Amino acid sequence: MDYKKLGLKCGIEIHQQLDTHKLFCQCPSLIREDEPDIEVSRNLKAVIGETGEIDQAAAHEMQKEKTYTYQAYSDTTCLVELDEEPPHPMNQDAINIVLQVSKMLNAKVVDEIQVMRKTVVDGSNTSGFQRTSLVSQDGLVETESGTVRIPTICLEEDAAKIIERGSDRDIYNLCKLGIPLIELATEPDMFTPEHAQEVAGHIGMILRSTSKVKRGIGTIRQDVNVSIKGGDRIEIKGAQDLKLIPLWVENEAKRQICLLEIKELVKGIKIPEEIHDITSLFKKSESKVIKSALTKKGVIKAIKLPSFATLLGKETMPGRRVGSELSDYGKQAGGVGGLFHSDELPKYGITEEDIENIRSLLKCHDKDAFIIIADKEDKVDKALRAVIKRAKHFEIGIIKEVRKPNDNGTSSFMRPMPGAARMYPETDIIPVKISTSHLDKIKLPELLTERATRIVENYKLGQDLADVITKSGLADLFEEFVTKFKKVKPAFIAETLIATPKEVKKKINKEFTITDSQFKEIFSALHNSKIAKSAIFDIITDIANNKYDLSKYSLMDEKELEKELKKLITENKDADERRLMGIVMGKLKGKADPKKIMEFLKKKS
Amino acid sequence: MAKPKEGDMVRVTTEEETIEGMLLPRPDILEDDVTVIKLHHGYNIGIDNSRIKKVEVLEERKEKKEKPIKITHNPKLPKVSILSTGGTIASRIDYTTGGVKSTGFCAEDFLRTYPELANVANIEARSIMNIMSEDMYWEHWTTMAKEIKKEVDKGADGIVITQGTDTLHFTSAALSFMLKDLSVPVIITAAQRSIDRGSSDAFMNLVCAVKAAGSFEGAEVFTCLHGTSSDNYCILIRGPKARKMHTSRRDAFRPINELPIAKVHKDGNIEITNNKFKKRSKTKTQADIKHEEKTALIQIYPGMNPEIIDFYLDKGYKGLVLAATALGHVPTDNPNHSLLPYLEKAMKNNIPVIIATQTLYGRVNPYVYTNLRKLSIQSKCIFAEDMTPETAYVKLGWILGHTTKVDEVKKMMQTNVAGEINPIIDEKSYLV
Repeated sequence: MDYKKLGLKCGIEIHQQLDTHKLFCQCPSLIREDEPDIEVSRNLKAVIGETGEIDQAAAHEMQKEKTYTYQAYSDTTCLVELDEEPPHPMNQDAINIVLQVSKMLNAKVVDEIQVMRKTVVDGSNTSGFQRTSLVSQDGLVETESGTVRIPTICLEEDAAKIIERGSDRDIYNLCKLGIPLIELATEPDMFTPEHAQEVAGHIGMILRSTSKVKRGIGTIRQDVNVSIKGGDRIEIKGAQDLKLIPLWVENEAKRQICLLEIKELVKGIKIPEEIHDITSLFKKSESKVIKSALTKKGVIKAIKLPSFATLLGKETMPGRRVGSELSDYGKQAGGVGGLFHSDELPKYGITEEDIENIRSLLKCHDKDAFIIIADKEDKVDKALRAVIKRAKHFEIGIIKEVRKPNDNGTSSFMRPMPGAARMYPETDIIPVKISTSHLDKIKLPELLTERATRIVENYKLGQDLADVITKSGLADLFEEFVTKFKKVKPAFIAETLIATPKEVKKKINKEFTITDSQFKEIFSALHNSKIAKSAIFDIITDIANNKYDLSKYSLMDEKELEKELKKLITENKDADERRLMGIVMGKLKGKADPKKIMEFLKKKS
Repeated sequence: MAKPKEGDMVRVTTEEETIEGMLLPRPDILEDDVTVIKLHHGYNIGIDNSRIKKVEVLEERKEKKEKPIKITHNPKLPKVSILSTGGTIASRIDYTTGGVKSTGFCAEDFLRTYPELANVANIEARSIMNIMSEDMYWEHWTTMAKEIKKEVDKGADGIVITQGTDTLHFTSAALSFMLKDLSVPVIITAAQRSIDRGSSDAFMNLVCAVKAAGSFEGAEVFTCLHGTSSDNYCILIRGPKARKMHTSRRDAFRPINELPIAKVHKDGNIEITNNKFKKRSKTKTQADIKHEEKTALIQIYPGMNPEIIDFYLDKGYKGLVLAATALGHVPTDNPNHSLLPYLEKAMKNNIPVIIATQTLYGRVNPYVYTNLRKLSIQSKCIFAEDMTPETAYVKLGWILGHTTKVDEVKKMMQTNVAGEINPIIDEKSYLV
């Protein structure tokens, strides 16, 4: 694709959790999966609009208010997360990390940080708002494909973790609520899918260079904004896999091209509002979906889409069709299961005859299409109304929306683009002044890329190994060991930190972690010639099996070794030299230096 | 050029840059060395005043007019009068500047903020004062009592008072004593979370309060706030038995030494949990507002200087309440700290001394220990049964408005007026 001609523009927003306690209380930033021991349930009200007027739609929503259940832990969450205690002053460590990143990106730090309340209506914050603050502005990031502007760098609190979504109740866990997040937003300065990936990767590297950000799945989230000329901004929210970013962008560009074509094709087509009850046509249907809907006292309803027969099947992106645009909206709005487009039928137990009956009831011509939904009546109506509305919007082209990135590089509709969030001051938090002298004290860390280069030069490591060491966050540990345990070669330390645990994992097929202090003990023993290099694999295997005991691998002294060797030689008188060597090594592996064994055997023979 | 005002769009020029945005007010409590600007994306930033070269107004703030809302009368619903006195529950945030407005909250304002009230009752509302709860005192309690009487006389089926939470239990005690022959329920409610947030407890508290005022069968003064941390029900607590027991939780108000009277579920269902209450009647409600302001509440603690009693006597105080330790003790045996000589002096001057307990839970007892007997017999202190120190303090002030004779004060103090004394304490009422 010629992205320049298409006028592709991408921007990214990055949210990264900081590795420090929570932003507005002293609770640890600890994500938990275990059973919570606290549960409260709350309702959220749509509060009065900006102008002081009651929003009719909001008032309507209040009638059928949703309940939010919040789970929490008495030992790692407190009343602040439960919205039962005012927030504590802002976490200074978190502020300092954001100041450091701001300096790295040449952004201008504000004189005084003002914490804001950003209204959130989905229940993911117990307070009904997210606390957020602008720390610096107008940063820049230089990448190979050009300079990207970063207008805002913010420090904010993470939301609660969604556990379950239901039609009238959502369940959240509060362990994630309040974890400090740095939020960086770029201008739409990326003009190719690859550049978007490069920028996301580069900013991620900068963040990790501080060594004060969390690592692992879910600790960093990217939102990618995509538009083409004549299209509109689509946000692909929560992209986790950097490698897929180019594909998500490319596919969204394809989708927008397709929808702009459809826009021309639907000119003059009027979508009827009428919803037809066609339940009576399906009394004897063999279709599983239809039967299950009918047993639940559901209905089957249809709408007609004039002149849509060829349009529905048009591909928007690989594996997604115009019909998917409609069904995404329908399923979202009504939470319905069975939704069929005419162009995918007959299938799912719906027969030619059924189709004919529907077509004649809806008065469909050959060019016309229809959509049917089977479920409970209120759900069906909601879903079909959403489908009609979406179908009508084809004449606008691209509708701003938030899309969910799928693992295969496609995306699907998540929700409409929220309007400008209402922000107003968080009066419970005193603003934080940032003095020039404080800012001067914040030092720039070495970039991970620079560090890898330095590690290659200083310790004669291969570039790949140095990259892995820095990317995996083990560079600090590596350099500490290299300096402390000079008798152990840097390359061996690196291999032991990176490769050996992987080999052990592969061999015994088990997840495990090795603590920094275990590594330290191992290298210290090696440095002091208390254990042999050849014992390391077994020691790490022991750690994996929870049997860690370094003393088992203590090297034998000369006398002991000699005694043991003599014994083994006597026991294996008949063995030839090679076999004896094998037996001895098997018995004494890890307990004596192989070189010394060889020497002894040679002397004997 | 006009002087920049809050809400104006301005351009701030500093040595290094120009910043455009909306000028916001600086809260009074903060140093005035920073100018706060709301930027186009909604974030506020502070700019050091010493860097600012000039501030120009780009566009003056436009005041938005509110559309009037129509209030319809539903003959099937009860008539409830809401009297607001200030505090977060009857306030609105100006989202442009972040300021809070809480003056002159009328029925329209309530319905604007809490539209579902229209389904619960026919609302009449007015603001009778606008002060913070910590500043409330006798003049405010008497105003409330008089205004409540007016509304009852006008035929209200129930009254709701909204106020700040801090001293709400003083108000609930004061109104309980002052409103004689109350014919309808008086429900006091408030909020622990500001109403700008969707999670505010104000919504459920007010709806439950209006529901209770309109249809609960009891005719006493009750508080009505969250029963738990969840938004599931509010509890009605008898006015003189309520106490704020937590600085910030939604369910901060708890009954002391008795069970809550009822749960008011958010769907409007009222579940009675303690049936000892006075029913609605046709009696003529009276506002008996006589009181004596010169009463004091004194916290007892180890090593306190007993001369504090002299201070109050010198200042002409007419009665004292001691928040004594446990069963009712005060420092007695150590001659440097003993309160006894001071208390005896007070009694000699016909200044009644009331003993309540700082444990809150449980009843004081004048006889169990020798030192208690010294207090009650020798010093003639008056023991306040199972009243909280706050309730005893309010009750004493109210009694002293009627009589200063120590014997009569004692008799009235120890006679149940408004449910403040429970001859039988329910075993299950501890820590509920």
